[in-house]
This record gives sequence, C-alpha cells and structure tokens, in this order.
Amino acid sequence: MGGLLSYFSGLFGSKERRILILGLDGAGKTTILYRLQVGEVVTTIPTIGFNVETVQYKNLKFQVWDLGGQTSIRPYWRCYYSNTDAIIYVVDSMDRDRIGISKQELFSMLEEDELKKAVLVVFANKQDIEGAMTVTEVANALGLTNIKTNKYQIFKTSAIKGTGLDEAMEWLSNTLTQAK
Amino acid sequence: MHMLRRDKKEEEDGGGNPFYNLDKTSVLQEARTFNETPINPRKCGLILTKLLYMINQGDQTIGSTEATEAFFAMTKLFQSKDQTLRRLMYMGIKDMSKIANDVIIVTSSLMKDMTGKDDQFRGPAIRALCSITDTTMLQSIERYMKQAIVDKNHAVASAALVSSLHLSKGSQDVTKRWVNEAQEAVSCDNIMVQYHALGLLYHIRKHDKLAVTKLIRIASKLIADEDAGSESPMFEFIESCLRHKNEIVIYEAAQAMVNIKGITAKELAPAVSVLQLFCSSPKPTLRFAAVRTLNRVAMKHPAAVTACNLDLENLITDTNRSIATLAITTLLKTGSESSVDRLMKQISSFMSEISDEFKIVVVHAIQSLCLKYPRKHGVMMNFLSSMLRDEGGFDYKKAIVDSIITIIEDNSEAKEAGLAHLCEFIEDCEHTVLATKILHLLGREGPRTPTPSKYIRFIYNRVILENAAVRAAAVTAMAKFGAHCDELLDSCIVLLERCLLDSDDEVRDRATFYVNVLMERQKALNSAYILNGLQVSVVGLERALHQYTLEPVEKPFDLKTEPGDSVSAKASDKVASSRQDVYAEQLAAIPDFANLGPLFKSSSLPVELTESETEYVVRCVKHAYSRYMVFQFDCTNTLNDQVLEKVVVHMENTDEFEVLKYIPCPSLPYDTPGTTYTLARLPEDATSVTGTFSCTLKFVVKDCDPNTGEADDEGYDDEYVLEDVEVSVADHVQKVMKPNFAASWDEVGPDNEMEDTFALSTMKTLEDAVKNIIQYLGMQPCERSDKVPEGKSSHSLFLAGVFRGGHDALVRAKLAMADSGVTMQLTVRSTDPSVSEVLVSAIG
Repeated sequence: MGGLLSYFSGLFGSKERRILILGLDGAGKTTILYRLQVGEVVTTIPTIGFNVETVQYKNLKFQVWDLGGQTSIRPYWRCYYSNTDAIIYVVDSMDRDRIGISKQELFSMLEEDELKKAVLVVFANKQDIEGAMTVTEVANALGLTNIKTNKYQIFKTSAIKGTGLDEAMEWLSNTLTQAK
Repeated sequence: MHMLRRDKKEEEDGGGNPFYNLDKTSVLQEARTFNETPINPRKCGLILTKLLYMINQGDQTIGSTEATEAFFAMTKLFQSKDQTLRRLMYMGIKDMSKIANDVIIVTSSLMKDMTGKDDQFRGPAIRALCSITDTTMLQSIERYMKQAIVDKNHAVASAALVSSLHLSKGSQDVTKRWVNEAQEAVSCDNIMVQYHALGLLYHIRKHDKLAVTKLIRIASKLIADEDAGSESPMFEFIESCLRHKNEIVIYEAAQAMVNIKGITAKELAPAVSVLQLFCSSPKPTLRFAAVRTLNRVAMKHPAAVTACNLDLENLITDTNRSIATLAITTLLKTGSESSVDRLMKQISSFMSEISDEFKIVVVHAIQSLCLKYPRKHGVMMNFLSSMLRDEGGFDYKKAIVDSIITIIEDNSEAKEAGLAHLCEFIEDCEHTVLATKILHLLGREGPRTPTPSKYIRFIYNRVILENAAVRAAAVTAMAKFGAHCDELLDSCIVLLERCLLDSDDEVRDRATFYVNVLMERQKALNSAYILNGLQVSVVGLERALHQYTLEPVEKPFDLKTEPGDSVSAKASDKVASSRQDVYAEQLAAIPDFANLGPLFKSSSLPVELTESETEYVVRCVKHAYSRYMVFQFDCTNTLNDQVLEKVVVHMENTDEFEVLKYIPCPSLPYDTPGTTYTLARLPEDATSVTGTFSCTLKFVVKDCDPNTGEADDEGYDDEYVLEDVEVSVADHVQKVMKPNFAASWDEVGPDNEMEDTFALSTMKTLEDAVKNIIQYLGMQPCERSDKVPEGKSSHSLFLAGVFRGGHDALVRAKLAMADSGVTMQLTVRSTDPSVSEVLVSAIG
C-alpha cells in the first residue's frame, strides 16, 4: 500500500525532501523525529544506527533520517549525506561540557561536498530545563557566524514540550520551497 | 516478485537462467541505485535479488569493502514501505551480515520493525537483527527478544525462538536468561511455537549442569524400569555425559552407569576411568565421591577397579580420613590374596583415627574379604579380635561380633579361632546383648568342636561375674555342653548345681530345669528340651491357650497341635505367621467352621486362579485342619456394569476328597473384594494327601448402572472356569527350625524310618535340587544345609517340620551330582508311619 502511495505522490511532483537529524548522543534527535511524525513524546533508547520516517508538514513531505549520535556511530553519518536537502542539527543546551565537541562535529560535517547545498537548522534543544544555555549562548558556542557556505537558522526548542518545532519547520519549508 | 516471475517465463522459453552470467562488478555498481531517491521498488528488488543470488551462489567472493558499500546502500531501502522489497532487504541483511563491516548500523531500524505494527516485517526483522548482533550488543536487544518470544503472533514468537537458538551457539550466557520466556512459550497453543520453544529450552538446558544431572537420573531410572541395561538407547546418552565439561555431570553419569543392573565390567571401564581421574582431584568432595562409587563397583566387579589400585593406594594417606577409609576398603575388595597382609598393616596404622561409622565400613570390608579368601582368615581374625579389644561403641562392636560369627559359619576352619576370640571378648564385655549372643553361639557351636572343654571356663566365669541376663544365657550354654558331650556331662551338672542358689529367678529356674533333665541321661530328652528348644508361634500359642482357658476340656493341652513358629527367613516369616493368625480369626468367625478344630496351616502365598486383567480375579488360599481343608477364594469383580450375587467356587475332584459345604459370597459389586469358602474333608486314608480340584466360579449376574451401582432386579445364572487348585504335601507341613538336627534325628528315632533313592534327572545343579525339594516338602532347612558350598559334588540337606496332626517329621536328603542330573537318597523319620510314607512318596 505504502509503495503505491509514494509512487503516486512522486507522479504529482510533490517530491520528498530529504532531511538528516544529526547531533551528539542524548541531544534528543529521536524524540524530535517522532514528535514531528506523530506529535507525541515516545520513550526512546540510544539509537544504534538510524531511524527513517516520512513526515508530512503542511503540503510538504519530508523523508527524515535520524542518525545515532554515539561516538561509535558518528563515522557512519557520511554514508547518508548524499542528496540531502536539509540538516537539523540538535544541540543539548544543558550540555555545556560537550558543546565544543558538538561544534567540531558540525564543522567537519559542513566541510563535506555532498552537503554544500544543504540548509542547516540548529535546534537549541531542552529549553524547558531551567539553567539551559540561551539561543545566543548556543549560537556563539557553536560559532555559527563562521558558516559561509550554507543557509542556516537557529531555533530554541523543547522536544518534550513541543515548543519551537513549528517555527523551525515553518522556516525550513519556506526556505526549501524558495530554493526550488 | 513480479519481476522474477517474468524472468522465469523467459527461462521456460529457453532463455536460460537470467542470473546465470552475473558479473560481480556490474551488480555492485547497480547496487548504487539504492542511494537514489525516490526509491524504485521494482528496480531495486531486481538488483537486490541479483546480489542475493550472487552471494548465495558463492563462486564470486565479495570483498569486505565492496560488501560494506553495498550494505550501506541497501540500508537506504528502509525508507521504502514496499513489502517485497523490505523482505528482500531483511534477507540481504542476513546474508551480508557476515561479509560486510559495521552491520550494526541497522540495529535501531530493525528493532523498530520487530516491535512495529506490521506483522509481516516483525518476524524477518527479528531474524535479521539476530544475525547482525554479537554477544556484546545482545544485551541492548535482550528486552525486545524476551517480549518477542512470548508475543501473541505465532510467526513472531517462532522467529524469536529460532533466532535465540542460533544466538545460543555463541552467546549461551545471555540466552540462558530467557529460559522463563521460553518456558512460557512452550505452553503456547500453537504447535509450531511449542516445538521451537522446546528446542530452545533444550539447548539452554543442555548446558545446565543441574539439568543434565537430573536428566541422567531420569534416564537411569527409565533404564532400571525397563530393565534394559546397557542395551537401552539411554545408556548411550549417559555414557556421552562422561565427556561433559562439568565434573558434577561426569560424576552423575559414572554413578548412573555403576548402578545399572547387569552391566558388564567392559561397559563400566569408561566410568571407572573417569572416577580414577577424580581420585587425584584436588577437591576432597570429588575424591570422596569417586572412592565411594569405586567402592560400590568393587563389590560386583572387583576386576574393573583393579586398574585404579595405584590411585587408591595414594588415597590411603589422604588427610581426609573418610576418603582414606573408603580407599582401604575398596582396596580390600579388589586386592589380590597376596596384598591382604600389607593392606591390613596399613589399616591398623590409622584405625584409631577414624570414627566408629567408618570402622564399621572397614569391618564389613574385612568380612567380605575373609569370605573371598578363606585361607587368609587367620590374619583377618587376628585383626578383628584386636579391633574388638580397642575402644568403640556398641554398633562397632556388634559389627565385629556379627562379622566373626558370619566368618565362623561360613568357614569351618576359622571356627576355633573365632570362638576363642569371642571367648576372650566376653571376658570383658559391657554389652549384655553381645554377651548373650556369643554365649548362645558358644552353646550351639562349642560342643561340636574337638575340645569342647576349653570353653566351659569362659562360660562359667560369666555365671560368677555378670548380670542376671548374661548368667541365664551362660547357664543355657553350659547345659548344651552337658547335653551334647557325654564326657563333660558330670562336670556340667556340678557347675549347674552351683547355680541353683542364684539370686535371680530366671537363672535359678533354668539351672534347676537343666540339672533335672541332664540327670535323666536320656538323649531324646536332651534333644527335645535342651538342644532344640520350644518352637511355637507366640501369638498362636497365646491364642490357643486363651481358647483352652475359655473352654476347659478333660484332655491336657497339646503343644504340637499348635502351628510352629517358622523361624527360617526371619522377618518375612514373622509376617507370614501373623497373617496366619489373621486368617485363623477370620475363619473362626464363620459358624460353619467352628467345629473343625484348630487351624494347622494356611498356605503362604495366595495362588492366582485367573489371568491378570480378566473380568473376574480369583485367588486361592488353602487352610489345613487336622481332618479338613478349607479353600478360601478371594474374588474381585472388575466389570463396573455388573453385580454378582451368590458367588461360589464349585470344586470337583477325582481323588478321595469330599466337598462338604460351600459358603457363598452374597454379593460382589464392582471392585470390592469378596470371599467365598469351600470346605472339603480329607481322605480317610492318611497317606493320600494330595489332589487336584477343577474349579468353576458360579454366580448370578445382575446388570447395573456403572455410575450409581444400582442393579436390575432380574439376574441370570452364569459361570466362569478357573484354573485347577492343587493340594500338595507342603500344604500339610509346617516349618520348624531344629538348631541341632542330629539331636532331633536321634530323638525321633528310627522306628518309622523310610528310605528311598531317586534320580532327579531334571535338576542340573545341587542348588536347584535343594531349592525344589524345600519347596516341594515345605519344610525348614536346618544347620544352614540349604546353602551348597561352591565346587562340591555332593551335599546333605536336613529338613524339619511338623505334619498335620502334630507329627514331627525330619528329612535327610543326601544329594550327589551324577552324569544325568542329581541322585538323591532320601531318608525320612517321623513319629507317625504314614507321615514318613507321604513324605517319601512326595518327591517321586
């Protein structure tokens, strides 16, 4: 059934956009994926490998790949870069210790040729927790201003509360539609 | 699949196998299509099929780098929801899991699929997941596997179970934790799941040492139940457990093999050799277990254990005394005659250090050794007597005394030495029971030794030094010397006269009685009142005396009409005599049998008159009175839709027995035993005592409701033919033990002696002959004459009994092996001429 549907949707030209959700382990990538897909908070366990889901936002269809963030799995991210339209980069705003590592991973990723044209959305996640870094703090810590090649934007989000996701997706769909 | 079908058509058209000339490079190249979006399921499906075909064909090896690249490309297919493609992909994951690297990348996706809504994906996802998971990763999926095993969907449960089975090869420790879930799955209502669950359970339990141990026990019990011995297929299993990794299992297997009945020494060899290895184990428990089992093996197959002798000798010095003792006793059983002396020396070095319990083990070992090597009795008697002198509790001393007595009875050469040791022992013995036992033995055996006089001193010392019970026993022993040995008679009378003034009543009474009997100087009196005591059943005598006091008659009370006390096989016959008392009471309660006189004998075992599991089960017990015989028939009705009424056993006979009366059983409902009696008068001619009765069960049948048991009013007559009942000589004879047969022989005298010679051509051995004669005459073997010494070609059997009517009967059968069987000279003495005649003709 599913196969048939996607076949028709392809026919009518509403092409699926391919999005990667990346970020360090425990940042909340899988929670965000399912919040976007089913609108609920699901219990997750550390992702070994990836999850792939189709997410409908307004009239757009996204094929969202949530890749595991553990150190051992990060090397495999690059296997999934090709044909990527957008990257959602999730940062744990509470994790001040590893924000540096997060920055490194972000920039080494952006150096990849396959991602030159991808739109970057940074989620400063876990804003519901008291004492979390503000959006500005996160943006500064990641050195977002240094990004020259890609179109990007940062949002404060809480996957648990569901705040900020709509704004981010709104921006993303607009940006992607304009690009085409 | 659609694609494939078309390809097949082409094949039929003569196009051949479309996959025949696949080129590895081009297939791998095509696999890059997987990376494209959107996915074209048909195209990708065909490419994946080619890839799978190539891998399974195996003639073009794919390197791990190119395989990894193809594998990662394939992971892109997870975005497709196409069922066929998905399932091809699961197969692809399984097939490539061993050649590609980093295959764990699909773990999360597969976990999602196995718990997802689409049942089509769940089973294959589980199988794929288990093929990419190694032991380190297994714990992260453990929870999901446990859930899947007990999943309601049978395909999912089976997939999880079978995958677990595969995993258990490498990750035994993890899968073993799933045993509860597997157990639950066994009770699933789907047989496929049950089967797979059972398989997994087996593989989990297969390595569980306690489970295997239990299995060995069950197997060996089955072997024992079926009496199959080493023929059983289970034996192979037990033997294979000897090569198990775990010691407990190995030991259990060895132990089970040792316990199998009728196992040969050759079959035991592997078990013995593992036990031998255990003997040098650093663990004391293992050494102990091994020696203990070897000890048991040694009883039946001493030769099989000989190989371990060296190891066992090392264990003699083991710091654990229990192990050392068992080692010694095992060696004693396996050792050759020549090593006995050395072993005995080694034992004496540590006897003082072990507990009584183990000393008893040693004593038993020495006893059996002594029976095995009669020539060594000197050494061993000395050893036992020195043990007797040492400190020790009652059980220990009793074991030694019993051993010495056994050795004496078995080996006449050891008799004098043994008696001397025992005499010495009672000089300083604190146990009354042992002292009286030894005095009794001295009284029995002493007079028949070459120099009986030397025992008198030891016995008389008891009269002077000991308590009343021992004194009484000593008086009796002394009287026996006097009764048996003429040259000692006067001295014994003198000594006994000194006891006439003893402070104890019993001692005084015995002494007075014996002195007076001995003064008469009559052999017959000596035999009847001293050498062979009173032989009655105490219960029976009590009953008879009670009866006598209730209805006093002119005649004096006659002991001989009372059933004797069958002493032969102690315990079993005590039961028998008491059973006879029960019968007597039952019979006495029937008014028709009130005038038959006292019951003389009831046949010991009921005879089955029907095949087992027939409609009616009937068993017969014969009761002999002085002039009548009562046949008791215990009947059971095994048909639940019938009630039998007025049940009698009709008896007909061609001999001179006259059937007088039937006492019917009024009603015989289902499964409730009932009894009917038939009374017959014995033939006038005292010499015709045997006969055959043809029996028929006659009754009225009423059909009944099996549930309520309510019977119809109308019934009809029916009968049922039973097996014949035989009345044999043994039914008229009561066993009586005569401890001193020779004295009784003289006492009865030659007046009614009869003698005849027979050729028993059907008997092949003396043992056979002895057994058959005893069974036929139903008399008591005396002086242990029922045991034929090994290797002898002739033997004398002495039998004693009382014939119906209270006539003493003695039989002496001299047996000799001849070419055509056994030849027997039978001599019968009795107090009644017709009894002698009956007994002589009984054999013919």
